[in-house]
Amino acid sequence: MSDLLQHPDTGDLLLRDTTRRSRRVRNRLATIWMAGSLVVAVVPLALVVGYVVAKGIGQLTPDWFTKDLPAVTRRAGGGMGPAIVGTLLITAVAAAMAIPLGVLGAIYLHEYGGRGRVARLIRFMADVMTGVPSIVMGLFVYTIWTINRGLSAFGGALALGCLMLPIIIRSTEEMLRLVPDELRQASYALGNRKWRTIVTVVLPASFGGITSGVMLAIARAAGETAPLVFTIGAARKLNLRIFDGPSTALSVQIFGNAQTPFEAAQARAWGAALTLVAIVFVLTILARVISARVARRHNA
Amino acid sequence: MTEPTDTPTPTETADRDSTGIDDRADVGLAVADGSTTEAEEIPSSEIVFDVRDLNVHYGDFLAVRDVNLQVRQHEITAFIGPSGCGKSTVLRCFDRMNDLIEGARVEGRVLYHGVDLYDERIDPVEVRKRIGMVFQKPNPFPKSIYDNIAFGPRLSGSREDLDDVVERALRQAALWDEVKDRLKKSAMGLSGGQQQRLCIARAIAVEPEVILMDEPCSALDPIATARIEDLMHELKNEYTILIVTHNMQQAARVSDRTAFFTTEVNSQSDARTGRLVEFAETRKIFSAPDDERTENYVTGRFG
Repeated sequence: MSDLLQHPDTGDLLLRDTTRRSRRVRNRLATIWMAGSLVVAVVPLALVVGYVVAKGIGQLTPDWFTKDLPAVTRRAGGGMGPAIVGTLLITAVAAAMAIPLGVLGAIYLHEYGGRGRVARLIRFMADVMTGVPSIVMGLFVYTIWTINRGLSAFGGALALGCLMLPIIIRSTEEMLRLVPDELRQASYALGNRKWRTIVTVVLPASFGGITSGVMLAIARAAGETAPLVFTIGAARKLNLRIFDGPSTALSVQIFGNAQTPFEAAQARAWGAALTLVAIVFVLTILARVISARVARRHNA
Repeated sequence: MTEPTDTPTPTETADRDSTGIDDRADVGLAVADGSTTEAEEIPSSEIVFDVRDLNVHYGDFLAVRDVNLQVRQHEITAFIGPSGCGKSTVLRCFDRMNDLIEGARVEGRVLYHGVDLYDERIDPVEVRKRIGMVFQKPNPFPKSIYDNIAFGPRLSGSREDLDDVVERALRQAALWDEVKDRLKKSAMGLSGGQQQRLCIARAIAVEPEVILMDEPCSALDPIATARIEDLMHELKNEYTILIVTHNMQQAARVSDRTAFFTTEVNSQSDARTGRLVEFAETRKIFSAPDDERTENYVTGRFG
């Protein structure tokens, strides 16, 4: 070591530059800045979750999941059953409409449409649709469906489906783009037809990614409030007829209850918020598990 | 080089190889089979492909022109030449893979046992079932080893026991002993050389007549390359093989006949078009070629 230091030319150059003060200071500052950014980003998130859990956990009794909404919101009691079922039902119907359409649309765009004019137009429209505020989507469904057919769960599902569709199309197309062309070539070279190549090679290879995108769209739609407020109404009792009569959903209940001055209703809003977060959380975990399992099967 | 399997490759169609004798002894010689004679004397049944006046365009660009050659059954035919000379383009005409490239257009005729592959009544998918292909970069599906091999047979709804088909294909590709205990594991976990042999096994599982190989060893190390070359000698008994290679030693080692392609610069448009310069027995191409350009290329003075 001392030999190295004493060498006239190279010794200085090779030594680690920790001795110079300005460099040490800059290094420290950059580290603090990055760590600070992380804290700033994580703190609100942790606060939101913590606050929702703390305020809402008291509501989650067995009655909460089974009973109808109370007739008078200012009094305690009743449950959130219809809203929980409503959220799940409306989201499921929306997903059932948007997933097949979206995935098939993306397959068309990437595997068939390519750089054609139609494909470019659809891609552009999907991008525009992604940016449409959800309340506008609700208004759209309100004018084409609710005005004629009245409030119903299906109206809400239509609005949520319209919100999900562009997200699914774009994320699925990105996933299809990630499938290497060599795999398609290998399949064609074995005498596989195009549609079958898509079914047997392209979709299995991109399944994990497509699932993640779809789940993201579902999670986002499940929490939407604005498009539901004026399409599904606010039912107090469970209504499983999706085309007929008002329904309700957790997000709508949060909106309605939180605005009241009554403590019982506000507590109910917190409970609904916690339930909704839990549902989205479970969906996200589910998406991770599914895509991890598929990935493991392919890359064991 | 160890031979993992000493079981003879199962020949269902015994009439394909009348001698039944493994000519592995000839491995390493440029020309394995001394019985070949001039084209005119060959019975037409032995000619698998007869290419006549083939031109291939990509859009406005003429990639290769005036290709005439004949490919004989149970031979290995090598295409050599500098980059951009159109050898891969010509190879991809034999299984109509050029159809998948936007703007690609083929003129002339590619006769497969006398049938023009570019006749409008021909279904390219049916062509590809009979003519397999192995690519430059190993491209196994992200599925299990078993599912990779079973992929083709499943497509055609083969009634045969899939387990048998998979084992037979893997044995033929000299891969069975290495993977028999992990057939359900992903093919992505194999080494590059193993992946390429898997791709060969996948191609022969559908029992094609011809195997096209587009620089199959260029992504592999010398040991893996040697294994693939050994394998090609084995497969020759049952299949007709066409190989594109950048490696002249490889062409000299494995092939019976060699086609040398080169590029010509069009004086007006400055576009480079590939041409077939010389097509002959490999021994002749490498020892006494007719064309000076061939000689320059194989002796390393050009390209």
